[in-house]
Amino acid sequence: MSFVPGQPVTAVVQRVEIQKLCQGENLILGFSIGGGIDQDPGQNPFSEDKSDKGIYVTRITPGGPAESAGLKMGDKIMQVNGWDMTMVTHDQARKKLTKKREDVVRLLITRKSLEEAVKHSKGSHPSHLPAQTNARTTKDRVVL
Amino acid sequence: MDTESTYSGYSHYSGRSRGSHRHGERSRDRHKSRSKDSRSEKSVTINTPPAEPLLGDSSLRGEQVQDDNWGETTTAITGTSEHSLSQEDIVRITKDLEDSVGLDCRRYVARYVARSIAVILGLLVFFTPLAFLVLPHILWPEKLQSCETACEGLLISVAFKLLILLLAVWALFFRPARAGLPRAFVFRILLAVLVLLFVISYWLFYSVRILDSQDMNYQGIVQYAVSLVDALLFIHYLAVVLLELRQLQPCFSVCVTRATDGETRHYNLGQLSIQRAALAIIERYYCDFPIHNPALLSASKSRAAKHLAGLKVYNVDGPGNNASAGMAQSQSRAMIAAAARRRDTSHNELYYEEAEHERRVRKRRARLVVAVEEAFTHIKRMQEEEPKKAPGDVMDPREAAQAIFPSMARALQKYLRTTKQQHCHSMESIQQHLAFCITNNLTPKAFLESYLSPGPTLQYGKDHWLGRRWTLISEASVTSGLKDGSIFLLKCVDFSLVVTSKKIPYVQMSEEYIDPKSHKFVLRLQSETSV
Repeated sequence: MSFVPGQPVTAVVQRVEIQKLCQGENLILGFSIGGGIDQDPGQNPFSEDKSDKGIYVTRITPGGPAESAGLKMGDKIMQVNGWDMTMVTHDQARKKLTKKREDVVRLLITRKSLEEAVKHSKGSHPSHLPAQTNARTTKDRVVL
Repeated sequence: MDTESTYSGYSHYSGRSRGSHRHGERSRDRHKSRSKDSRSEKSVTINTPPAEPLLGDSSLRGEQVQDDNWGETTTAITGTSEHSLSQEDIVRITKDLEDSVGLDCRRYVARYVARSIAVILGLLVFFTPLAFLVLPHILWPEKLQSCETACEGLLISVAFKLLILLLAVWALFFRPARAGLPRAFVFRILLAVLVLLFVISYWLFYSVRILDSQDMNYQGIVQYAVSLVDALLFIHYLAVVLLELRQLQPCFSVCVTRATDGETRHYNLGQLSIQRAALAIIERYYCDFPIHNPALLSASKSRAAKHLAGLKVYNVDGPGNNASAGMAQSQSRAMIAAAARRRDTSHNELYYEEAEHERRVRKRRARLVVAVEEAFTHIKRMQEEEPKKAPGDVMDPREAAQAIFPSMARALQKYLRTTKQQHCHSMESIQQHLAFCITNNLTPKAFLESYLSPGPTLQYGKDHWLGRRWTLISEASVTSGLKDGSIFLLKCVDFSLVVTSKKIPYVQMSEEYIDPKSHKFVLRLQSETSV
């Protein structure tokens, strides 16, 4: 998941679609984010490369919409509704996720196990694909 | 080459005070043997205390107490006779005397000779300029030019410079010697030879060019004398640098270890010869090292004896075995192998013994602290404004100490016995210390400080200084300088100090400039937002 500045980034991503839940007058997604280009990347427990300033999922509320959509703790969010999340500040990321007009967010997330799963499936029988979750998920190779 | 040399504690310059020092040595020996004598007696005699009150008894002789039971018998105790000696002591004293006379005789003569040479040289040096100035007036007074203003000024300067030289020599060389060292001071000899050569060459020049030719120019002669005194002052400066200043800058770090119990200290020394370094170390030993307590070593000795006694080696092959060296080696190897295989539980014993001892010491210490604090509350300093009490109630410090001593004596004695310090403190010394603390308004804690932990050797009475005879054992010559890795031993009667020296490394320091404006900081956050 590390990148060289100036070079295109390649990652195996998973599309996750989360429906926002209406709680009082707030629309919540049910997870917490950490990271950003204005934050200290060394304190991120989930990143492999400690200079990675991307947005990571740090907590999932149990029983919330993010959990049922298949989001896991430690996922790195690459895109939100088409907006890039790899080079944003923490506050910009929060804003992109909490727009009041949208009630669904489509995330592109990546995690280490995805890479391994793809490698594993490429190496062994091609029909052995990892199980699908109940939300619509596809694995794509995304070039940003 | 193994050079063995001996120190003695006498000043090596005073011939006069020799006799008085010897007297001191003899009486000290006798006193030492006396106290050893009383310690070795096993029987306990408790003298029935007399009926007179403690306070009024000014003729108390508490020093020569029978054994250690002064804690229980708290009222006035009369001691044994002051002059009792056993046969063993007499033999010991005579042997000591013989030893001291034998060695000291040689050294006495050597010191006397050195001292007299130094005095003669000093007189020669002092009177030479005066002789230079006076001789023309005696030998050819009519041909001599009269002394003008400049010449008189030079005479005054000669006088004052001589006075300064006299004071400087007195300050540097005529100090009481701290110790007798085995070999002579190399630097002093060098300086003496230099001064002698110098003065001789001046005399030569003077006798050839001035006395023979009977020079009339008195001012020139006075200037010559002034130049001599100047040069002597410079030689004195050289002496100060060589003898005093050169060893001030620390150059070596020496590690001093006491062989019996492993106490170690590190000191910084400058460039010194081995004997002077040894002297500096001994002086610091008296101030820094806790007193050597042979009673504390008995436990490890008994353990060692138990290790050895557990195994017996039998020679099965019979006495006809001719490879005796090989047999001894194989015996010891067999013992070591057997000892390694044996299940030794002595570590267990040691652990529990030490834990028990620690607990006992703490309990006794707690009782002691409480007893002393309570005892101190009975004494109060009398204020001047208070109405004068009856003379029987007013006490001086010594009487006050004797009054409160019995209440803490038992606890103190028990504590000293548990920590095996009882031979270091006599009842008299404790009472003296108590009087001292009362006089100077010390708290009970301050009074107890000297008993709770062993202090440096100087703190205890003179008989605990274990003689001031030290032997320097060194492979290198004792007048050679201290080097990196030099090792020597300082042996005393009961123990020895092992000294190793290491050179202090050369330090290469570089500088780095920090602009005060360069101190800038950023905030590094890791915030978590829930969405």
